[in-house]
Amino acid sequence: MAGYLASEDVTATIERGAATAPVLKPTPKKPTPSGKRGGFLRSSNGKKAVMAVTGAAMVLFLILHMLGNLKIFLGKDSFNEYAEALRTLLEPLAPYRTVLTILEAGLVVAVVLHMWAAISLARRAHHARPVKYVAKKSQAKGYTTHIMRWGGLTIVLFLVWHLLDLSFGVVNPKGYDSAPADRMIAGFDLSRWWVTLFYVVAVVMVGLHLRHGIWSMFQTLGWATRFKALRPVAALVSAVLVIGFLAPPLAVTFGVIK
Amino acid sequence: MNLTLKVWRQSGPSAPGKMATYRVEDVSPDMSFLEMLDVLNERLILSGDDPVAFDHDCREGICGMCGMVINGVAHGEQRATTTCQLHMRHFEDGATITIEPWRAAPFPVVKDLVVDRSAFDRIIQAGGFVSVPAGSAPDAHSIPVRKEDADDAFDAATCIGCGACVAACPNGSASLFTAAKITHLSLLPQGQPERLTRAKAMVDQMDAEGFGGCTNTGECTAVCPKGIPLDTIAQMNSDYLKANAK
Ligand code: SF4
Ligand code: FES
Repeated sequence: MAGYLASEDVTATIERGAATAPVLKPTPKKPTPSGKRGGFLRSSNGKKAVMAVTGAAMVLFLILHMLGNLKIFLGKDSFNEYAEALRTLLEPLAPYRTVLTILEAGLVVAVVLHMWAAISLARRAHHARPVKYVAKKSQAKGYTTHIMRWGGLTIVLFLVWHLLDLSFGVVNPKGYDSAPADRMIAGFDLSRWWVTLFYVVAVVMVGLHLRHGIWSMFQTLGWATRFKALRPVAALVSAVLVIGFLAPPLAVTFGVIK
Repeated sequence: MNLTLKVWRQSGPSAPGKMATYRVEDVSPDMSFLEMLDVLNERLILSGDDPVAFDHDCREGICGMCGMVINGVAHGEQRATTTCQLHMRHFEDGATITIEPWRAAPFPVVKDLVVDRSAFDRIIQAGGFVSVPAGSAPDAHSIPVRKEDADDAFDAATCIGCGACVAACPNGSASLFTAAKITHLSLLPQGQPERLTRAKAMVDQMDAEGFGGCTNTGECTAVCPKGIPLDTIAQMNSDYLKANAK
């Protein structure tokens, strides 16, 4: 391993004679002990753990969200009833929309923490390579980092639109005071094909994000060593989610659901 | 063979670097990559120029001193091979080859292709050891080790500390190196007493040195001359999380 004996203005003597280059003064770097408060979240591994846990929460949410969406195939009423049921969960015990609001708050926290960890890790990475390579060739299908970072950004932009369209109805032809199923059907009407297109692109991005993300989550939490089939399983879950999310809007756009 | 080399030249740690182009003629395909650079350097010296500085020692793939990014790939495109074991027969006659140092803030360039990898030493110093009473060698089989663990520990122990993993990582992360060292010790009975403190100390030191975080891209293991697997990183993460849960 490399080691340069170093003191100021001295040429290092390494085992085989004098090195010709002047030597750098070592800059001993003291770690922030991760046991200290806040130390864990400042460490790169701590941030990764935050990404993994919040990512897991969002994957679970996506699975439920997808199953809910598929209710549209059982009819508009079934879909509307499901939407209502979400709002009236635990109703006699808790006021209207209590459970849903708690879940929504949890999701917002997960999204924010996930983005915080991603941004601070990206900044770390940026500082770790101040001088770029003149030539750099990926040896591991190098799409991953780009898909995760730029794909993540695409997903956030989509999320904003998606909430404005189908949750708040601001940019939806039916507006806020309409039944969820009507908003969905009007929103993905053939005349608004570009909305469907945007949706398809975003969902595919989510799929690519998860193909790496789901596996990565197990790796980060240290559970990937004993489970070799993890990569194909992650790809399968992602594919199922993509198909499940694309089916309703495409069915609407192409007039299968009216 | 006749080659065109584009080599990173940097006269000192704080000097700005740039790519310089050289022609090297009559290279034998049986030469190693470093021997080819030796030929270039002889000619540079004869013509009164400054030879290209590069690190090397054993030239047989075991010490971890050599290493450069060749055509955009750490240690060149030949898999599981150090630069000193890479031979010119893998290149086309007339080819142009770009040669750059490992690029990472924690590995400052000393000169040309030589980088200072002391950051790795400090990671090892932070916890890459076992505390045992020294003295006469213990009996070979006094502590039983499961065959699978012995094999995995040995695989991890083959890391030569070359730094290619850092060079290849899009995040400039030292996770594969650190994980190899942690896994090597944490799978063996002798490594158990310090297992969690070790993981914590080494990961914290890795962060303090300014290496990036791991995003599980797998670029490191693809260029690692010893094929250290990504599993070691999962092992490191697991030990680190356990250490922090305490
Ligand atoms: S893990 Fe591989 S690439 Fe990294 S320092 Fe060890 S031998 Fe070199
Ligand atoms: S010179 Fe020792 S590994 Fe290449």
